[in-house]
Formats: sequence, structure tokens, C-alpha cells
Amino acid sequence: MSEANGATAPGSIPPEGIGGKPGPRCETLGSAGSVRPVSLAIELVGITKRYPGVIANDRINLAVREGEIHAVVGENGAGKSTLMKILYGMIPPDEGEVRIRGEATTMSSARDAIEAGIGMVHQHFMLAEQMTVLENVILGAEPRQGLKIDFGEARRRIEEIGGEGALDADRMVEELSVGEKQRVEIAKVLFRGAQILILDEPTAVLVPQEVEELFVSLRELRERGVTIIFISHKLDEVLEIADSITVIRAGRTVATADPRRISTRDLAELMVGAELPTAETRLSTVTDQVLLQAEGIGTLSEDGDRWVIEDVSLRIHRGEVLGIAGVEGNGQRELVDILMGLRSADSGRVLLGGEDITGMSTLRRREAGIGLIPADRHGMGLLLGSPLWENAMLGYQSQPPFARGWLVDGAGARRRTEDVVDQFDVRTPGVEVKIHALSGGNQQKLLVGKEMLATPQVLLASHPTRGIDVGAQAAVWESIRAARAEGLGVLLISADLDELIGLSDALMVILRGRLVATVDPGQVTPAELGSYMTGASQ
Amino acid sequence: MRANRRLVYAVVSSGLAIVFALLVSAVILAVSGNNPFEAYGQMFEYGVRVDSLASAVNRAVPLYFSAMAVAVGFKMGLFNIGVEGQYRIAVLIAAAVGAAIALPGPLHVLTIILTAMAVGAAWSGFAGYLKVKRGVHEVISTIMLNYVATGMGAFLLANWLRQENPPGDLVIKTPEIPQSGRLPSLNQLLEWVGLDPGRVNLYGMAVLAVVAGFGFHVLINHTRFGFELRASGASAGAARTAGIDPGRMVVLTMVISGAIAGLVGMAHLLGFFHRYTIDFPTMLGFTGIAVALLGRNHPVGMAAGALLFGWFDRATQILDLRGIPKEIVFILQGVILLSVVVAYAVVEVRIRAAESRAVTGALRPGAEDES
Repeated sequence: MSEANGATAPGSIPPEGIGGKPGPRCETLGSAGSVRPVSLAIELVGITKRYPGVIANDRINLAVREGEIHAVVGENGAGKSTLMKILYGMIPPDEGEVRIRGEATTMSSARDAIEAGIGMVHQHFMLAEQMTVLENVILGAEPRQGLKIDFGEARRRIEEIGGEGALDADRMVEELSVGEKQRVEIAKVLFRGAQILILDEPTAVLVPQEVEELFVSLRELRERGVTIIFISHKLDEVLEIADSITVIRAGRTVATADPRRISTRDLAELMVGAELPTAETRLSTVTDQVLLQAEGIGTLSEDGDRWVIEDVSLRIHRGEVLGIAGVEGNGQRELVDILMGLRSADSGRVLLGGEDITGMSTLRRREAGIGLIPADRHGMGLLLGSPLWENAMLGYQSQPPFARGWLVDGAGARRRTEDVVDQFDVRTPGVEVKIHALSGGNQQKLLVGKEMLATPQVLLASHPTRGIDVGAQAAVWESIRAARAEGLGVLLISADLDELIGLSDALMVILRGRLVATVDPGQVTPAELGSYMTGASQ
Repeated sequence: MRANRRLVYAVVSSGLAIVFALLVSAVILAVSGNNPFEAYGQMFEYGVRVDSLASAVNRAVPLYFSAMAVAVGFKMGLFNIGVEGQYRIAVLIAAAVGAAIALPGPLHVLTIILTAMAVGAAWSGFAGYLKVKRGVHEVISTIMLNYVATGMGAFLLANWLRQENPPGDLVIKTPEIPQSGRLPSLNQLLEWVGLDPGRVNLYGMAVLAVVAGFGFHVLINHTRFGFELRASGASAGAARTAGIDPGRMVVLTMVISGAIAGLVGMAHLLGFFHRYTIDFPTMLGFTGIAVALLGRNHPVGMAAGALLFGWFDRATQILDLRGIPKEIVFILQGVILLSVVVAYAVVEVRIRAAESRAVTGALRPGAEDES
């Protein structure tokens, strides 16, 4: 079935030899015998990586031409990151060959990769916040003059790398926006002489305007002859920026595609190996019954000299999804914390079903029916070293089926967790498994599922589908819609504007701790939303 | 299956650590001009005698309580370094109370034990209060409270709680606890099964230690409090998000830890000394930290650790008589601890990796090719 999809998707080049025949599994552009010899920056041939009982990469082929932007797309767990780790020298392949500019290369560390001209920009920035752009860029690769660092030379090279829109080298990194920080990361890699750039989900943290800026600079780099490997699962962006696309599924290359000739939908189906559910039009289930209400709430910063949240009022009705759009760090987290009782309100009050709960503890609020999907999965949602069932219990440890009085109800907790695993398709061998062993997407599915099965009145959902793949994302959306039809009120905070627009009944924009705009999700475009979020339009 | 692997790793790595420590100590013995084989041979020969084994258990019982007191804190990332002070002040006051009252047998003993637990809990809970209300790190406050406990204990003993000694008796001590406030030894039990511990009295507190170990397991693994404790230790952020009040947990944990610390001195008090004197054993609180580390905060692991330390402590007594410095026991304990901690760290990384592989392995074959 997956092969059939691969073959029918227009614009894709069907993989050869999938029926078990030997030979290339995928047409590699410009390989020997091709009509037009193109020089390849990177060629991976038959890369196989096995872990005990699992083949993470199964004879993967990848050919990246010199000076192109090559997208590698695939679901979580498809084997993208293993492949990139191999390419970046972090793990050795069991079989197959890595050719850099036609030369077979064995790399045994990231240092080797850097020497071979390959640089990687990770999804999570690794920057020293208290240092300047210049210091961050040269850190670990300082040009020397005797024993001293040659700052003049460093500055000259950074300006050269930065090109026209170069960043001010003397600004502190902590002052930079997310997009700018990313550019510092890229500059770091280029400073070390990389000619081949691997970008791991670079747009995950950016707002649309920043994505555009990133694409402008990526195109500029391409002009200068830099080869870019762009890992993503945001298919619209991939189609916009990439010169060619390789799709990976279940550890295999299933297709290479030409972005000019394939649609997002076909690409998604190639990636998932199945047909996708369409985003159906929905009937409004909003009622006029207010569940959770905030009246002019505010909270001061640690040192008490400014409002982190100021005069925020909102109402979540029964059956309503209220979306909050905003660039990360504009008070979303504090807003949720106040509603959840994790942070005290310095002004205003919070009401649940008309009852003032401003001073109520977090546990009491949970018992009263407020559910929470935290923004920071690892820091706030999970006990990584604990089994699934204990993670499912977290937050509900005082209620059945997880507790019986003062005792933990181990059997009840396990049964409930098994239900979550079944209904939310958490891929795990069982509920006794320690949760650190699951992929991020499956961890997230557990977090969402446990809240849903607890049937709260109100759900505060921060980035409910962050880091999970398209199929699972659709399932989470569906469960939120189903619960909403049953009367659940949802506060939805997300960086994914399509998710916000698609799921919300009402949409507000948060900027510097204030709600600055209310828009109709049926009318607004992501670009308009982006300009509200950055304060470009009021 | 997975749990078994963890167990095997833990046992094997501790075993290797002990062997390693014996080797290091052997080198030290050899360098200092003693024959390590002879020394170890004598230790073993002496150590397996029935009276030595009973004595080893006696030495292990206080260490076990001490380790559990520390482990409760460790489970939520709290370092109660103050078990030392807590048990010493607790045993002093409990001894004084025990001598001052007259109650029928079991009630008398119970009163003494509860007094000790209350004093330990208060002493330790104060450090918890300081952490929550004043932000004083518990390591600092508990260490400082150790000094306060020592000084205050000496003051109380010298001025208020001592008995009037007959002329010629220069040992400062509390009055003796009457017969009703003592715990009988378990020697009769041993005799029933045909063992003769000679002049050693196997402490009755050993029974309470077993009960407490079981209680520790239930508390940590089967109660809501235990879950909240472990959650707070595993991730403070996740615990808070789950509605677990960190301040309340800190105070409660310190109180429980201190209450268990109060039991440390009970074995010696109720089974042997029957009063607090200035030669009452010290350092049990600090050794308890080592035993907790060795036993990985697990009730069975800590019992094994306490018995091992207790046995070494007893077995090395013989060396003194043979002119070999018995201080070798401290070197043994130190090296065991260091190597165990290192071994655990290495093993933990491997176990985690193995768990991840097992999960991917169980899921992968063909799973994503379907549908």
C-alpha cells in the first residue's frame, strides 16, 4: 500500500527495486550513468544502521548536489536523526558509504565532520546568553595572534559571513530574538568553514516573518555555493525552500521528489504512507456558559519592577477552544501558571464556574476539573526515569482510578494507562516501560491522552502537538474536537499558527504580557496573525 | 524482566566494587608490612562465628535506621546530613525521659521510642522549615544543627539530665532506665534454632528494623505521599505542575527523615546501655549516608549495606589483637563506597540505553510499514 502511494504520487520519482530486487532503492540524481553529470556535495549509499532488534536506517540513499537546498522529510522515528548523526560523524554506519564530494569518507566524530566542511545547526540553540554575538561565534575556534585572541580578524570574518544583513557582533545574545539567535548558530557553523550545512527542524521555533527571513538568508547562502540539508516535517516550507526532497519512512528512502511538481498533500502521504484525514469544516459547539474566567489578572516579574502579565481578561466557554497566539516568551507560560495556580496573581481574579479560585492550590484546581498539557514536556510534564503509569498518574495522584485514599492504586493506575496507550496510539511495549525510552511524539501522546481520559471541564493546552508527527497530530486534534463537542473548554497555546487557526473558535494575540488583539480564526491568515504577534500591526 | 536486569546489574556491580576494595586494601596491608591473606583469613575466621554474626547484626541495626533516614531525603533530592545530630539529641532526651517515668513494660519502651522520634523529627523539621521559609540550604542547616545538637546535648547532660554519681564515678551519664523500659534480647530465639551467640546479646531492635524496612518500602512505593516524594525528587517542575506543594513536601520529608533518625540510637539504648553516657556510639549518622549510597536507597540494598558495614566493623576487631591496624576497615569502607558510586553511575547509563533499545526493538519490526 505504501509503495502504491509512492508510485501514484505525482511528481515523485518512484523508488526502484522495492519488491526485493537488488539495486538502488531510489533514483539518485546525477549518479554514474546519468545524462547530466552533476557534482555531488554529499552522497550516502546504502547506509544501514542497526540497533539490537531494530534497523534505524535500512539501505538509505541520499544524493545532495553541490549548492542546492535539499530537504529530508519524514515522520518522527522515520530515521532522519540517525541518518544525520551518521552524516555528522556522531555514530558510524554498519554498512554503506558516505561520500563527500565524491570521496568516500569515514568520520568518527563531529570534529571530523567539521573538518570535512559539514556543519550542523541543532534545533535547540547552544549559545552562551551572557556573551556577545562575536564571542559566541568564535567560541572554541578563536583566531589567535600569539596567545591573544585576534578579535579584529574575527570581526572581519563574521562580517564577511553575515553578508548584507549581518548581525551587530557586539550585541548580547540574551537580547536577540529567536530568529536572530538562529542566525548566530548558523554563523558559528560557517565560521568554522562549513560548506555543507545541516539544519535540523530550523523553523520549529520561528514565527512566519522569521521563517521568511531565514529563507532569504538560506537562499543567499545557496548563491554563495553553500549546500544545505534541511530537515523538516513542515511540508509547505519544504516545498517553498527546497530544490529537491528526499522522503524517508520507517528507515528507508521511499522517494525523491521535485518540489515544483508535488503537492503538500501528496508529500504528506508519501511521508506517512497512508491517506490523510482532511481538515473538515466544523460546527460550532460554543455555548454561553462561562467555565473559566480571568478578570484583569496580572503578575509581576521576580524583582517586582514590571508586569509580566498585565490586565489580562478572558473567558473560556463550555464547548469552546480559545486560542492564544504569540511569539514564545510573551507571557503565555505565566498566563497558564496563574490559571493553574502555579504562580500567584498580583492583580485580578480567576473564576471557575463563577467561583473565585484565585487562591486555590494547583491540586485543588486539578481536582475541580482543570487539566493541563504543559509547554515544557521534559521539565514540567514527565518523570523521565519513571514508568508510563506513574507518568499518567502525575497530576491525578489524589483521584481515582490512580489513588484509593492515601494509597496508590497500582492496578487502577495501570489499567487507566493502558486505556490511554490504546486510545491514543502510544507506541510502547507496555506501561511498565520507563518513559525516557519512548520517542518524544509518544511521550506527548501519553500526556495528551491522560488529560483527555480524566475528562476535565477545562483544558489548558500548551503546544499540544509539538514534536509529534502528522498522523498523531491529526489524532490529537480530533480528540480535542471530540471533547469540545462534549462540552470541554480549551485554552490553546501554540506556535503552530495553522493549528491555532484550524482549532480555535476564538483567537487572541498576546504580546509582552498583554492581550493585544482578538481576531476571528475564520478570517485571519497566518501572515496577519504573525504581524499582530510581532507588534507590527495593532 | 527489566526489573530483574536492574537487580542483576546492581548486585554484580556492588560485588565487583567490594572485590576491588578488598584488592586495594590488600595492597595497602602489603605495603604496610602485613600479609593481606593472613589478615583476611583471620577476619573471615573470626567473622563467621555466631557471636560475631550476632554482633554484626547489632552494629548493622543503627546503620540501617540511619541509612533509611538519609534515603527518605535522597528520594526527593534532599540531603539530610544532620542524622548525626538528630539521633544524638534524640537518644539523650529519650534516655532522660525513659529514666524519669514509670510505665508498664511495652508502654514504657514505646514512650521512649516515640520521644526519640519526636525529638529527631523536630530537630530535622526545623531544617526543613528554614529551607522553605528562609531559603537556607538543608546541607548547611543540618550540618550546623549537628554542632548545635552536640553542644546542647553536652550542656543538657552536664547540667540538667545527669544523675548524681556516687563518689569516685566520674562518668557523666543519665540515670539508668528501669527494667520495664528495656527491650529483651533475641538470644532465646537464636538458642531455639540451636545457635549460641555467647556473650553477645542480639538486639530486640533488629525486629523493629525489619518492620521499618518493610514500612519504608510501603511508604515510598505504595502511598500517595511516597509517589509525591519520588516525583518531587525526579522533577521538581513536573511535581509542581502536578499540584504537589514543594514546601510542604520538604518539611514533611525532613520530619519523617528526622523521626527515623530518632530510632538510630534506640538499639544501643534499649538493648545495651540503658542510659545515655558520654561513650555512647557516635558517627552512626555519617556512616548511614554511606550505607544509603551503597544500598541505592532501596530497603533491601540498604539492609545488605548495613550488614556488610556491620560485619566489617566486627570482623576487623580481631586484627587489633594480631597487631594489624584495624583502621583498615575505614579504608575498606571508603573504597567500597567510591567504587560502588562509580559503578552505579556507569551501569545506570548502560541500563537506560538498553531500555531505549528494548523499546525500539519491541516496536520496530514492520510496525510502521503497515497501515
